[in-house]
Amino acid sequence: MTKQVDARGLSCPQPVILARQAIGTDEFPIEVLVETVTSRENVRRAAEKLGCTVRVEEAGDEFKLTLTK
Amino acid sequence: MSERLTRFFASRWGIILAGAVIGVLAPLLQKLGNPPNMGICVACFERDIAGALGLHRAAVVQYVRPEIIGFVLGATVAALAFREFKARAGSAPIVRFVLGVFAMIGALAFLGCPWRALLRLTGGDLNAILGLAGLAVGIYVGVLFLKSGYNLGRSHKTYPAVGWIMPAVMIVLLLLLVFRVKANETSALFFSESGPGSMAAPLLISLVVGLVIGFLAQRTRFCTMGSIRDVILMGDTHLISGLGALVVVAFITNLALGQFKVGVFGQPVAHSSHLWNFLGMALAGLAFALAGGCPGRQLFLAGEGDSDAGIFVLGMITGAGLSHNFALAGKPDAVVEGVNQVGGISPYGMAAVILGLVVCLVIGFTMRDKN
Repeated sequence: MTKQVDARGLSCPQPVILARQAIGTDEFPIEVLVETVTSRENVRRAAEKLGCTVRVEEAGDEFKLTLTK
Repeated sequence: MSERLTRFFASRWGIILAGAVIGVLAPLLQKLGNPPNMGICVACFERDIAGALGLHRAAVVQYVRPEIIGFVLGATVAALAFREFKARAGSAPIVRFVLGVFAMIGALAFLGCPWRALLRLTGGDLNAILGLAGLAVGIYVGVLFLKSGYNLGRSHKTYPAVGWIMPAVMIVLLLLLVFRVKANETSALFFSESGPGSMAAPLLISLVVGLVIGFLAQRTRFCTMGSIRDVILMGDTHLISGLGALVVVAFITNLALGQFKVGVFGQPVAHSSHLWNFLGMALAGLAFALAGGCPGRQLFLAGEGDSDAGIFVLGMITGAGLSHNFALAGKPDAVVEGVNQVGGISPYGMAAVILGLVVCLVIGFTMRDKN
């Protein structure tokens, strides 16, 4: 079961905080939904720093980041 | 190409570039006429704009600062060029307004935003150390709230025209400035004839520098508050490497331009009332952390369509009006008849800073998502 984090519309640093919390549970894969390129890059950087592999899909003007370990 | 540039700007070298560019340009603006240790100060410059519009009548700090206009419009250009312009609204706007008001009251108690705190330090003003310490403590308290679930809720996509309001406001300000609009002798615009408000680099240079910094900062998400917050929150040194670059480069530039004068008492447009330098910036830091960005960052966000950040900016401009109308802002050190007089803030200013801290704490405690 894919864990989903909906961080759309949340401002910095909420998306990163939520993504980190999800990574902390150690249940992968995790899908993180964000709306801005800023959030996409912030979550990507934080996740990669924690050893995750990040795949980004663009859907309309939103982004779905899939984190795996 | 666009994606590769985006990745570069999002990289550590990107943020270092942004910091270094600000570090060169701010002292240069000072050399070209901006006030001492105030090549760029977002809080002071918004305060000057408030004065020019007549929202306060402190005659020495009134000017429509083109740098602020450039910051917003530079960010707009960058956001449009990279297809990131997104109109959004609705994340507790009134709270952001209040945070903006008190952020300004705190910053003006110290006499500077975080950028100016760094520039003051690199110009040799040691009072900045207490300001920066206060800023860090304020942000630390903000991080505690963030960790315990504080957030102002989601913003929502909205009509593109909503996102254009702040850029449009800046264009109107620019036109008012260029045509020096003044209906009659006693009406706005007001321009200082003495004091910091009368000191300015040439309009076009200030505007272009603002645009360049606005563009770079939008791409790299340069943020002084975020720099400190990310280190405290998760040991992330990405943003703070930009801040480090700013400090190193501004220090070298100030040395090269002969603008480095180390001391405590009598530093330009500064006071050495230590406690209130500290508490003023602690208030500002907490308000920035709760609002998600330093004053510069809020301008860049406003430029890319974030109307909640725009509301914060309007709150800061209102806060500047209140700050000077109620005599809350810091008074610089002075030498009167050969006697050193330490400046600082009035009892009203002290009360306002304490009130601001209380309001921010109430916001932090009461706006937490428990789930």
